[in-house]
Amino acid sequence: MATVRVLVGTRKGAFILTSDEARRRWDVSGPHFAGWEIYHIKGSPVDPNRIYASQSTSWFGQLIQRSDDGGVTWNPVSNEFTYEGVPGTHQWYDGTQHPWEFKRVWVLEPSPTEAEVVYAGVEDAALFRSDDGGQSWQELPALREAKGSLWQPGAGGMCLHTILLDPANPGRLFTAISAAGAFRSDDGGKSWRPATHGLKSNWELPDPEAEIGHCVHSIAMHPSRPQVLFMQKHWDVMRSDDAGENWYEISGNLPSDFGFPIAVHAHEPDTIYVVPIKSDSEHYPPEGRLRVYRSRVGGNEWEALTEGLPQAHCYVNVLRSAMAVDTLDSCGVYFGTTGGQVYASSDSGDTWTAIVQHLPPVLSVEVQTLR
Amino acid sequence: MIRVVLPHHLRTLANVGKEIELSVSEPVTLAAVLGALEAAYPMLRGTIRDPNTGQRRPLIRFFACGQDFSHEPLDAPLPAAVASGAEPLLIVGAMAGG
Repeated sequence: MATVRVLVGTRKGAFILTSDEARRRWDVSGPHFAGWEIYHIKGSPVDPNRIYASQSTSWFGQLIQRSDDGGVTWNPVSNEFTYEGVPGTHQWYDGTQHPWEFKRVWVLEPSPTEAEVVYAGVEDAALFRSDDGGQSWQELPALREAKGSLWQPGAGGMCLHTILLDPANPGRLFTAISAAGAFRSDDGGKSWRPATHGLKSNWELPDPEAEIGHCVHSIAMHPSRPQVLFMQKHWDVMRSDDAGENWYEISGNLPSDFGFPIAVHAHEPDTIYVVPIKSDSEHYPPEGRLRVYRSRVGGNEWEALTEGLPQAHCYVNVLRSAMAVDTLDSCGVYFGTTGGQVYASSDSGDTWTAIVQHLPPVLSVEVQTLR
Repeated sequence: MIRVVLPHHLRTLANVGKEIELSVSEPVTLAAVLGALEAAYPMLRGTIRDPNTGQRRPLIRFFACGQDFSHEPLDAPLPAAVASGAEPLLIVGAMAGG
């Protein structure tokens, strides 16, 4: 019988929720790393017992923790993220140039094929790779040569928050950086170029179609169709059918096209999920009703999923890394809120249940399906 | 032996009690104590001072003998009472919030 493990990063620690494939009863372990911010916690697809966690606070900085037994015990690995060469400068809020400074790790992306390889996306934005399970980290500095001097921090900091690895093409990587944009490499990270053609940021950029500066919130792909990408931008839900060369809008009938996460169904590459948020100045659901929107046709036509979700007086947010799916036959969908709830659906989003309700604000949700 | 008191989160991380003892050669400076601390407890590297620059993290404070040594040069000698083990060096997370 399969087991589902939900890895939850919060403002005050990590929690691990486990259930059998019925997904009705959940065991909760944690808090792990109590009192620390866990921006991301994710398992290796190659070795599911290998889990990485990004642990930090403003006081004590960044740590990377690794478990080799499914999250029961943990050991710190290397927390030395050193930019290659002279880091140089990027745009600052006042238009001046500001030196690159490491602040924290936002995302950890284990390789889908190599057990010891894991990538880290950091603030100030850069991409690091480890070939030894996190014991050492090397920057892939060419990313910052993709017009890095023009990047500038958004309100949440200049963070590299999304890393997508093409399972069919080991050389192809995508990254997304807040208020800088999306980037693609076809040679394992040796060279990069912006992948923003078609994005329009009418309210945020003086040139709405500029190559650099779009505030990408998250990108998702289905592993069987990696040339198709779905993006939740600051405003606008977007799609690319050519691996990021061109983007077009698929917001359609959404009540708001602002939001943070986007996810793809495990078995239906054209079924996608977003959580509309009212606006960039009001980070909560429209009308105080928490709704996941699902498109079964790859965008533009969306249906509200509400059963089991609060439909009055709900003013939580769902952050960019806080939605994920399992791969059971009846696909499970999971998301966490800034109110500390983790909601799960075991029927592709038709119905929802809060599987835990009173955690600290949820920063990330990842799911492992263990067979 | 030099006595060092760690803040809660670093005690948990290093799996030690409130106060630890370290052997530090003369002269006893902040840099020497931090070096000995990080050598004995490698998981603390980067949590008290930046691993690249060696600078104190902004929200870390160093107190001893009722004085604040946070803004002293890292290679300045600590008080004789710390060097003798009569008084501990306190590594403190700065107050934050209201």
